[in-house]
This record gives sequence, structure tokens and C-alpha cells, in this order.
Amino acid sequence: MTVLEATAVSAAYGARTVLRDCTLSLASGDVLAVVGPTGAGRSSLLRVLAGLLRPRAGSVSLDAADIASLSRAAIARRIAVVPQILDTLFPFTVREIVGLGRTARLGRFGGASAGDAAAVDRAIAELELGPLASRRIDRLSGGERQRAVLAMALAQEAAVLLLDEPTVHLDPGHQIATLAHLSRLARTRGLAILAVLHDLNLASAVASRVVVMDQGRIVRDAPPGETLTSELVAAIFGSGLEVVARNGSPRVFPADRIRS
Amino acid sequence: MRVATTFVLLGAALVLSVAAGILVGSVPIAPGDVLGALLGSPDVNGTIVRDLRLPRVLGSVLVGGSLATAGALLQGLLRNPLADPFVTGTSAGATLAAIVAIALGLSAPLVPLAAFVGALVAVGLVWRLARLGGPTTVLTVLLAGIVLTAFAGAVATFVLVASDRLAVHLRSVLGWLQGGVSVIDSGELAVAAAIVTIGLAGAVALAHRVDAYAFGEETAATLGVDPDRTTRAVLGATALLSGAAVALAGLVGFVGLVVPHALRFAVGATHRRLVPASFLAGAAALVLADLGARTLLAPGELPVGAITGLVGAPFFLALLVRSRRVVV
Repeated sequence: MTVLEATAVSAAYGARTVLRDCTLSLASGDVLAVVGPTGAGRSSLLRVLAGLLRPRAGSVSLDAADIASLSRAAIARRIAVVPQILDTLFPFTVREIVGLGRTARLGRFGGASAGDAAAVDRAIAELELGPLASRRIDRLSGGERQRAVLAMALAQEAAVLLLDEPTVHLDPGHQIATLAHLSRLARTRGLAILAVLHDLNLASAVASRVVVMDQGRIVRDAPPGETLTSELVAAIFGSGLEVVARNGSPRVFPADRIRS
Repeated sequence: MRVATTFVLLGAALVLSVAAGILVGSVPIAPGDVLGALLGSPDVNGTIVRDLRLPRVLGSVLVGGSLATAGALLQGLLRNPLADPFVTGTSAGATLAAIVAIALGLSAPLVPLAAFVGALVAVGLVWRLARLGGPTTVLTVLLAGIVLTAFAGAVATFVLVASDRLAVHLRSVLGWLQGGVSVIDSGELAVAAAIVTIGLAGAVALAHRVDAYAFGEETAATLGVDPDRTTRAVLGATALLSGAAVALAGLVGFVGLVVPHALRFAVGATHRRLVPASFLAGAAALVLADLGARTLLAPGELPVGAITGLVGAPFFLALLVRSRRVVV
């Protein structure tokens, strides 16, 4: 069932157009990876889907309602966003950061219910942050911080999870573990997940559909085998890459040894 | 448990500093006589304690608590420990409005209201200036604050010299500008207390939304906070608090900057704890600073701003050096 849908969306920052006529739908259980060169409009697409950037043309609907008509709190109860920026100057503890995920569900004066505390506990347990719960976020490694922010998003208990480069601060082992966790959330809880990724191989390995963007347009939106083809990869990323089939899904490698 | 202990200690510190502020002064009065004076003895001690010391101590509680609370809110909103009502131009706007109100001959209880309006206009203006051509950053807010402070100071000087009413009291007005708690009448104190109460209630109610700014405005929005409404509400509360503080004490620097920052080490970053803790600690700190201002050079008197500047400026510099990579 479609949860979040963009229809013929164009968007711009001032005079600079960043999205052109983008149509995309995200359903419960989907894991979408958005790939493309830097500046292709991937983060802008995520911001439009999250209701942060208002389209110049076209519309975004969440549960069939126009997202522009919903309050930030109403959106936050349905869509959680994992940001790329993870710096905070203040010494929040991991538990406090995860607790921020409940902001949209707190009482008027910020009172937390038993349900809020339980959701925070669950998110902390799920990402194995228990031993770090009372540690200061600014004293953690990049990877630990990333897990804390992911836990914050999970504590939102939203149906849609949008992630901007969720693996960028992680080592290869934790990249795989994080994406496996996301994939499990989509399968077992029916979350609709969209992640902006740089790494084509991670995208191919985890996604049910890969969305390829270039110059603000969605060039292709299909299962990995149909998107990461030699032709399209060469057209978008240049000729230095070779696409190889591996266990039914494509992998992308440097074609030759790189020489100066 | 540790946090609860900290709050008990902060409360005790405020009670003790208030007691010290009432017991000690440039004229020595025995503790028993102070108690008698508080209970209404008709002699000169009664006048000193009830009409001079008590209003000043209560005024200091309001000023220090307000400035520290406003600082905590502004720092949270900008997610940077270098913000406070003083450096963002809020206090300067309040000062100008208060001077204009006095020059126009408005009655004393109206001065805190005028200062609130001035603070609101100033903080609104700074935020707009800082937003021109891009997102608000602490650097643009501080720059706009500096510009506005200079401008408001120039206009204030103009009004001071041009106004016959102020010229008569030039010395006391200049003293007030330097930061000195002066409570002219109980009506002014009552109005200021009412304004501070509303501002503090707003700050407490907004605290959890300010927490959501931990990773910036956009993440606050995705967590369910309406950034425009929250910014307006936080700036409104800040203006209430700094307006009242300026009306009572002029330009007292560094309390709003130093107190919340130092407290984060004790109570953590979450504003639900930081906001009330800042009020308690700021109040206690300013009562003590004012006690120092009254007694250090007795029978002469220092402006309390000189004491807070003396302690606060080195602290601010240390902060600036430590967080240089963040500011630039």
C-alpha cells in the first residue's frame, strides 16, 4: 500500500532548479535506494518527501493527504528522517537524543508517558545502545553517534523512514549491519524506507528498488538488476566502471587498475 | 539522583545568597536587628532593610534569573553556547526603549513594559537580519547583534543628551546603563516580577521543543516542531525576560552567557533541566554580584555590570578559544 507519493514534483532553491518532474511512490515494506552523482538532487528529493522543501510544481501526498496541509507534528508521527549532520555542541546523553524522537507525541508541556519511555527503551535495545545510554553524544565515535540518531528516528515509531547517507560515518562491517537492520524493519514491521546512498553496491545489495537520479530527474526506478546496467552506469557515472552480476544482483567495480 | 542533588544545592545557594544580600550591606546592621526590620521596626534600620536592601535583593533575583534563562533559551535555539541577550542585541533594544520611556516621562511601572517591547523589536530585527540570504547561523546573529547594539547605543546617547528630564539625572542614568540594580518603586518591581513570571513559564513550557534543536532547525522540524512558531515563541519569552532585566538593572553582561554554559556540566544539556537550573543559579549569582557591588568599595558603589564583566569576560574568552572552530 502506497504511503508516500511524489507526483510530477519540481523544486528549486531560489533560481537554481534542483528537481524536475519527479514522480515516485513508496509503499509499506519497500526499501528504496536513491543513487546518482553529487548534485543530482538526491537530498532535495528527500527534503521534498519530508515536507521540508515545498515543490514549485507537483505535489507530495502522505497517506493520500497533501503533505503541505499537515502540521510538522502530524508529519513527524508518520515520517522519521535520519539527518546527515550529527554534530551537537551540547552534552546530551544518548538516551536524551533517542528521547527526542518522541517530541511529536509528548504532552503540551513536554510530559512523557509510559509509552514514550517504552519506545525509547525499545529503540535503544534494538540498536544495542544499552551500554552507551548515559554517555554523552559528543564523546561517541561517528559510528556510535549514527546508531544513536537512527535509534532516535526509530523511537518516532513512524511508518516511513527517510535516511540521508546513513552509512557515511560507518566502517564496512557496520554499513552492512545497519542496512541489514533497515531491511529487517521493512520486512517484519512493514516500514517504508528510502535511503540516499552513495555506494552503488550497498544500494544494489539492500534495495528492493534503486532510483537513479541525474540533473534533478529520476532517470530510472526499478529493481537493482534493471537499474544498475552497464549502459546506465556508464551514462551516469562515466566509463571507468564495470557491472558484474553477483548472486542475482549487480555489483559495480572500477573497470581497470587506476593509473595516473 | 545527582541531578536532584544539584537542584537542592542550587535552591539552597539562592536562599543563602538572598539571606546574605539582606544581612550584609555598607551599613553594618546586626542580624537580630535585620530580622526586626523585616518584621516592621520603625527605625532607620527598618528603612535600610525594607526600602533599600530587600527591593534590591529581590530585583537582583529577577534580573539574574531572567538573564540566565534567556541565555539558555537563545543558546539552545542557536545550538551554540556563545549566545545571550547581551550579544544578540536584545538588551540594547530594551535599554533604548527604557530610556525613551523615561525621557517621555512614563511612570516607573511602565518602564519594564517599554523595555519588553524594545527587546522584542530588537530580537526580531536581529533574527531577520541574520536570515537575509541564507539560514540563521550564530555568526550572523552575533554580527547583527553587534550592529544593532552600536546603533541602539548611538540613539540612546542622542536621547540622553537631548532630553531635559534625563539630563538632570544623567549620572544615575549612566550608572544604570553600566548595569546596576536600581529598584525605584515597588510598582516597577511588581510589574517586572509579573513579566518575568510569564517569561519563565513560557521558557519552561518551550524547553522540550528547544531540545529538538540539538541537530539544527531542520531536524527539529522532522521531529515535529514547527520551526517558525517555536522560534517566535522562544524569542518572545527571551524578550519578556531580558526586557524586565534591563528595566531593573540596565546592561548587565555575561550572566546570560556564563551561567547556562557552566550549568550544562552539572545538569546536562536538556533544557527541561537547564532552564529552571539557570534561573536559580543566575538569581543567586546576581544577588552575590550585587552584594559585592554594594560592599567592595563601600561607601562607594560599583555598578554590578563591572562585577559580572570582571568574572564573565575571561570566561567568555576561554569559551571563544575552545569553540573557535565552531564560530568561524
